[in-house]
Amino acid sequence: MSATTVTLDDSTFDEHVKAAEVPVLVDFWAEWCGPCKMIAPVLEEIAVEQAGRLQIAKLNIDENLDITRRFGVMSIPTLILFKDGEPKVRLVGAKPKGQLLQELAGYL
Amino acid sequence: MTAHVKVLIAGSGPAGLTAAVYTARAQLRPVVVEGEPSSTSDQPGGQLMLTTEVENYPGFPDGVLGPELMTAMRSQAERFGASIVTAKVTKVRLESSPFGVWSADPSAPDPDYEAETLIIATGAQALMLGVPGEDRLLGYGVSTCATCDGFFFRDQHIAVVGGGDSALEEALFLTRFASKVTIVHRRDRLRASRIMQERAFGHPDIEFAWTHQVAEVLGDAKVAGVRLLHSTTGEERILPVTGVFVAIGHRPNTSVFSGEVELDDQGYVVTRNGTSTNVDGVFACGDVQDATYRQAVTAAGSGCMAAIDAERWLEARGS
Repeated sequence: MSATTVTLDDSTFDEHVKAAEVPVLVDFWAEWCGPCKMIAPVLEEIAVEQAGRLQIAKLNIDENLDITRRFGVMSIPTLILFKDGEPKVRLVGAKPKGQLLQELAGYL
Repeated sequence: MTAHVKVLIAGSGPAGLTAAVYTARAQLRPVVVEGEPSSTSDQPGGQLMLTTEVENYPGFPDGVLGPELMTAMRSQAERFGASIVTAKVTKVRLESSPFGVWSADPSAPDPDYEAETLIIATGAQALMLGVPGEDRLLGYGVSTCATCDGFFFRDQHIAVVGGGDSALEEALFLTRFASKVTIVHRRDRLRASRIMQERAFGHPDIEFAWTHQVAEVLGDAKVAGVRLLHSTTGEERILPVTGVFVAIGHRPNTSVFSGEVELDDQGYVVTRNGTSTNVDGVFACGDVQDATYRQAVTAAGSGCMAAIDAERWLEARGS
C-alpha cells in the first residue's frame, strides 16, 4: 500500500494487533467499494499525522473472509480500532476526517 | 483567511466537475469544494460513486464503472487548473457578489472564500425509511450501498425497498449474491422504466411484495427480518430477510442554501433562463435543480451551461 500503512491478512492479523505498541485502526475494504476509495487518502493522512500514536492497517475483505466474518463486518468501509488486541471502537461507513478523529480521540 | 476566487463550485458530481472543466479552460481558476466522504451519495463524486456499470453515458459502448467515470472527470478538471478541496460547504452568505462561502467552521466570523460567482452542484442524496431499527442496524444488515455491501449477503434472502429505477437496479445487482430478493413497494405498480421492469419481472430470483411498506426493521445484533404493513388494509406480516437495501428516492442537498437562494417546495433550487437562480451571480446545475431527468449526462450538460452562464456573467461585469 504505502510506507505509512500496514497490510494485514487472515494469517497475520491476530499476532499483529496483539503485539502492536500503539492502537491499530483496521480498515476493512475492497477494490469494488467506492466509499472505501474515498476514505483511503484520508486514512493515509491520518497515518502520517498520528504516526507513533496510531497505526492504520488495511484488510481486504475479498481475500480475508475469516477475519471479516469473525468481526461480523457486513458493510464496508468498516473501521475497527484495536487496542491491546481488543476491538474498542467500530465505525461503519465513510466519514469525514474531522469526525473520524473525534471518534478515535479517546484512544490516542 | 479568506481566499478570493472568481468561480466557486459546490459539489463534484458530473455537474460540478463539468462546470470545473469548462471554467478552468476559460482560465477562471475555479475552486471546487467537492464534499466529504460518506457512505451515502452525498460525497465527492456524487451518486455515481455508489453505482457499478453505467450503460447510458455516451462514448462508452461497453459501459464504464461509475467511480471510474468520476475519477476521470476529476483528473480532467485538475488538468486544466481547477483546484479541488475535500470539504463541505457549511454556510453561505449570498446577498450580493462577492458571496461568502464557509467550508469549515460555520461560526467563524470570516468566510473561507469570497466568490464572484457561485455554482451550486451539490446534487441529491438517498432518502432513508425513518422507521424503528433502521438506524440501529445500519451496517448490520441495513445498507445504503448495494455495490458496497451486496457481497456480504451471499445465498441470503434480502429486501429492496422502493419502486423506481434505482430500486430495480439494486435488486438486479443483488441477485448476483442473494438467493432471493423481495422488492417491497407501497403501490401496486412500479415507477421504473420499461426496460428495468422487464428485467426484474423476468428474473427468477426476484419477487414482489406489492402494496406493502416497511414499518420496522427487526433484529438484535443484526437484521432478522422486516415488519411489513399492507398499505390499504393495514395488515401486518414479517418478511424473514437478513438484509435491507433502501432505494425510495432522493432529496436535494440544499439545506445549507435555504433562505439564501429560492428553493421549490421539495427543496430543489429554482433555475430560470438557463442555470440562473434568483440571486444574480449564483447558478445551479445537476440534480440539485432537476427532479425530472436526473441523469449523469443531463447533469454534465447543465454543468457546462452553468459554466458558460457564469463566464458570461463575469464578462458582462468586466471582471
